[in-house]
Amino acid sequence: MNNIDKIKNIKDVKKGLHDGIPIALGYISVSFTFGIMGVSSGLSWWQTLLISMTNLTSAGQFAGLGIMVMAGGLVEMALTQFVINLRYALMSISLSQKADASFNLPARLLAGFGITDEIFAVAASKNRTVSKYYMAGLIITPYIGWASGTAAGALLGEIIPETLSSALGIAIYGMFMAIIIPQARDNHKCLVVIIIAAVLSCCFRYIPLINNISSGFVIIICAVLASVAGALLYPVDDGEEE
Amino acid sequence: MPADKFFIYLVVMAGVTYLIRALPFALCRNKVKNRFIKSFLYYVPYAVLAAMTFPAVIYSAGGIVPGIAGTFTGLLFAYKRKSLLMVAVVSCVAALAAEILCNLL
Repeated sequence: MNNIDKIKNIKDVKKGLHDGIPIALGYISVSFTFGIMGVSSGLSWWQTLLISMTNLTSAGQFAGLGIMVMAGGLVEMALTQFVINLRYALMSISLSQKADASFNLPARLLAGFGITDEIFAVAASKNRTVSKYYMAGLIITPYIGWASGTAAGALLGEIIPETLSSALGIAIYGMFMAIIIPQARDNHKCLVVIIIAAVLSCCFRYIPLINNISSGFVIIICAVLASVAGALLYPVDDGEEE
Repeated sequence: MPADKFFIYLVVMAGVTYLIRALPFALCRNKVKNRFIKSFLYYVPYAVLAAMTFPAVIYSAGGIVPGIAGTFTGLLFAYKRKSLLMVAVVSCVAALAAEILCNLL
């Protein structure tokens, strides 16, 4: 590897670390809540922290914690995680199309651990392909935020006023809006897909009978239907996605 | 929770979560050529995020009023192309302000 490559790779890592900062800040509030919940559910602080460090997923962890506390079965645990986290498979496939040639198998197996909703969202919003160096940076900052937020929540959760911790819950969604709204503004095809997905998601929330479906499934169903609609209505041409 | 029981749960939980993410990413090594699948994958990120955000965002701030205040503030700043962090922060501030205001009234 020559020096120019090295400089580029270091720049990529730095760019990733930088792009990960808002994700990390968003994560601190969510993982802080998880830390509080873990300890108040009867886990020790290190157990709570270990869950965050090995799972790195919000909805899955909250559900898993619930199963642990209820002393649920291992099959139930596996199935719940599978359903809630199945959306990651969709994201993984989508992201695999953006991975550049630097992504060898070990890099893919490592980076696979770090594909969260938010990290995926930021990586997917890049116009170019992403390198493993950029991905590494983009995963490390949020990982630190996720772990340290959990530790802080587990250790000193009782002190923070509830008003503040509940208001922090909206942070993650603020980030999501910051990604999709400008895109919807620029590209009417994406706007249509976004509206379809949002309307479907609202249907699953408010219409009786189908509002019992678990949130993990709802996201998959809505995302698949809206994306299929998008692909049928407005197929993208080569280069258009660049 | 006893350590041995905890670790069995942890391994199942982390194992399933990891495999779902890493396997598709590791196994899909070729660029998709099919136009339909390409288009589908192009729309996936926006569809996933939209489905996760709406209507959950309204309920994410502890109450409906703070949720709505945070949502509309966030939408406005996102529309004005503010950064991720900026939108996240103003959403929180608006939700917090609404919550405090509700408590006062």
